Amino acid sequence: MDIQDALEIVSQTNPGMVRSHNEDSVTHDADLGLVVLADGMGGYNAGEVASGIAVSVLSSEVRHRLEGARPEDLDAAGEELGPALLRDNVKKANSSIFHAAQSQPQYAGMGTTIVTALFYDDRVAVVHIGDSRMYRLRGEVLEVITRDHSLLQEQIDGGLISKADARLSKNKNLVTRAVGIDADVEPELHIHEVEVGDIYLLCSDGLNDMVEDEDIGATLQMLQSNLPLAATQLIQMANDNGGRDNVSVILVKVKGRFAAPRGWWQKLRSWFGN
Amino acid sequence: MPAKLILSMDGAVMKEYPLNKERTTIGRKPHNDIVIDNLAVSSEHAAIVTILNDSFLEDLDSTNGLAVNGTPTKKHFLQNSDVIEIGKYKLKYLNDQPTQTSAADFEKTMVLRAPVKIAPSEAGSKSPLDVTATRKTEAVISTQFNTTNSGMPPPAGQLPAAVVQILNGPNSGKELELVKNLTTLGKPGVQVAVLARRPHGYFMTHVEGGSFPTVNGSSIGEQPHQLKDHDLIELAGVKMEFYFKT
Repeated sequence: MDIQDALEIVSQTNPGMVRSHNEDSVTHDADLGLVVLADGMGGYNAGEVASGIAVSVLSSEVRHRLEGARPEDLDAAGEELGPALLRDNVKKANSSIFHAAQSQPQYAGMGTTIVTALFYDDRVAVVHIGDSRMYRLRGEVLEVITRDHSLLQEQIDGGLISKADARLSKNKNLVTRAVGIDADVEPELHIHEVEVGDIYLLCSDGLNDMVEDEDIGATLQMLQSNLPLAATQLIQMANDNGGRDNVSVILVKVKGRFAAPRGWWQKLRSWFGN
Repeated sequence: MPAKLILSMDGAVMKEYPLNKERTTIGRKPHNDIVIDNLAVSSEHAAIVTILNDSFLEDLDSTNGLAVNGTPTKKHFLQNSDVIEIGKYKLKYLNDQPTQTSAADFEKTMVLRAPVKIAPSEAGSKSPLDVTATRKTEAVISTQFNTTNSGMPPPAGQLPAAVVQILNGPNSGKELELVKNLTTLGKPGVQVAVLARRPHGYFMTHVEGGSFPTVNGSSIGEQPHQLKDHDLIELAGVKMEFYFKT
């Protein structure tokens, strides 16, 4: 199945109830199976600028590089092209934002989180930096498949604070890694197998700070037959609970398999566009 | 302003200690930051690790132990107004930092550049990251869920409780109390609507199916529809009445 038929993708972003402007940026490219979400930070409009740069670098560069190539193709180093593109372009976005911040005083110190995923060959490559997350609903189980780069997550990992107590922390929103803050950044890359029926949720912390994971999971399950409504409902729940931050969600539902063509005949068929 | 501890015994305040160090120790020996010269107190009784605005209390294998708000504990994440008891002594923890749930400015995401030292500790307080959601599917009526609400504002303030009563078919007369944030009605694959409990009312929205549900005989279309007392709902051939419980 072609990637655009195998996936249903919905993205929505909302400034929330408190903030005057939206520093989140989201985009998706159904033809490529690419989704990008960034949560910017910095004074005045610098947050939007940073998240906007990140999202446009990712979407335009990945699209450009996948014209005439496939994500599962191996590059010279023997690495698959798709995941390498995500990782390298997050680094590229990092230097663009860093240089913009260095050269223009009003952008000094701006940065952004990012979570981006590319679906290809029955798998998904995920790259993230900061505390924007990707969740997976498989059957009845909702799991966070990214690990926040945040002080709170480090405290949870260190056993200092329990997952249940984490909501009481006064040290939320301190990220330990971000795009555009330093000259170099280390993106975290993972590749997961995808199953038909999976629902993937990418979100900014405006969602998971305001809505319990349990409620996120139940909403996805109950409304999975109507993805736009599920996205609207998630944002509405964050806003009904106070909406103290911008809130963005991207939902990806896997409707069919999208394995890469393997045999010579399949390759030939796909070459001629079936 | 840093958080502080107020030491008292039998209701009489003795001294106040700001928590301005990464590690504050409590014990009988004079080298501790908070010295309590009493034989019931171990020489090094407890420590408080403070990271930015959060403080964590830890029992240093003391002979007589300690309690927080009356519960004996080894390790505790201190919250404003917690009372630590060591023998006859009480230490009240005060942290008037605005909670991030009340001051919007504290919500701004910031980058933490210097690595923060985290006191090593044995696991045990770790809990799995996975959250399992439960699901119930019944023929006609209802999947519901509720907020566990730790540290979140209460969802529906003075919103009165509401009920949907089925008026026809085999389940006629059955009542479904709308106690959860979301309730789905209908048959999956045929026609489904969701009832959302929001701070200012109950809203019904079409989820799936070829036709839209009707309220008082007219289709609600694709948009959320706020329900009023004694509205008549019809979907998938089932008639229901929505009303507020008084």
